[in-house]
Amino acid sequence: MIYGLCLLLIVVGLYGVVTKRNVVKIVISLAIMEYGINLFLVLVGYRTHGTAPILEEGMMPETLVAQSVDPLPQALVLTSIVIGLAVLALMVALCVRLYERYGTFDVTEMKKLKG
Amino acid sequence: MALLGILLFLMIIGAVIAVETRNLLSSIVCLGAIGFLLSIVFLFLGAPDLAITQLVVEILCLVILIRATIHRRVETVAGNREFVGLAVTVVMLAIVLMLAISMMAGFPSLGTSVLDRMAQAPSHFYLLQGKAQTGVTNIVTAILLDFRAYDTLGEATVLFCAVMGALAVLRRSARRRPEEGDAGDEGEGGAE
Repeated sequence: MIYGLCLLLIVVGLYGVVTKRNVVKIVISLAIMEYGINLFLVLVGYRTHGTAPILEEGMMPETLVAQSVDPLPQALVLTSIVIGLAVLALMVALCVRLYERYGTFDVTEMKKLKG
Repeated sequence: MALLGILLFLMIIGAVIAVETRNLLSSIVCLGAIGFLLSIVFLFLGAPDLAITQLVVEILCLVILIRATIHRRVETVAGNREFVGLAVTVVMLAIVLMLAISMMAGFPSLGTSVLDRMAQAPSHFYLLQGKAQTGVTNIVTAILLDFRAYDTLGEATVLFCAVMGALAVLRRSARRRPEEGDAGDEGEGGAE
């Protein structure tokens, strides 16, 4: 059920990407999709009543294996979040450039996108 | 688990508002709300590193998006593309969602991570040997900066390329006045 809600979040973002006319809104929808996918990957590594994968004072690594959540998806999602920010900056830069060229954010009015 | 469902439900409401509202600024604010809720969800899922990173990234996203749209004529662009029709799009997306949910049937249920199912999973090695081999008590940091440091190097490369691309796109008329340098500042938020 939690997985289903997460997939629904991704599909809402996909809906925005497919149907919206405003370029900035397409960028926002892509960001929503990205959040959903990151959350899905972290949910895959979740364990019920799991703790954060951080060793405390006097704790043996074996107890960490027994009770912590999976650290590997977290490390890779951390990479993905930061890359998402850089890609969003690039997309917004392209949007600003398109606005300077055409005076609008409307994709249906950008008819000179060739060459 | 019910709390997680409520938070996810709020995120979906925020996403629908962000996609459907007419005002672009409130759409951006809704995106911020989704990001902060996601940060809280990460805290509940036992990922404090992710929660902190998500907060910082969310603030930078808001700054970049608001800086790009605040002075521009934005309210006039609303409504949908007449691509294949709204009803067809919604039906197709519903089919996509149904397919995705039906594919989750063979998926292990939530709460049983790979640590419970496989004794040979690499996470076992990271959790057991992380402190001994790297001297770091936070295993996520140990994976990120030691066991999988090449991934982080690739991440830094992608980050550099994206910021360079943003600066190159935002640079004004370099071919005519090469001594002017870049005038854009929207892309620099991602540089840190």
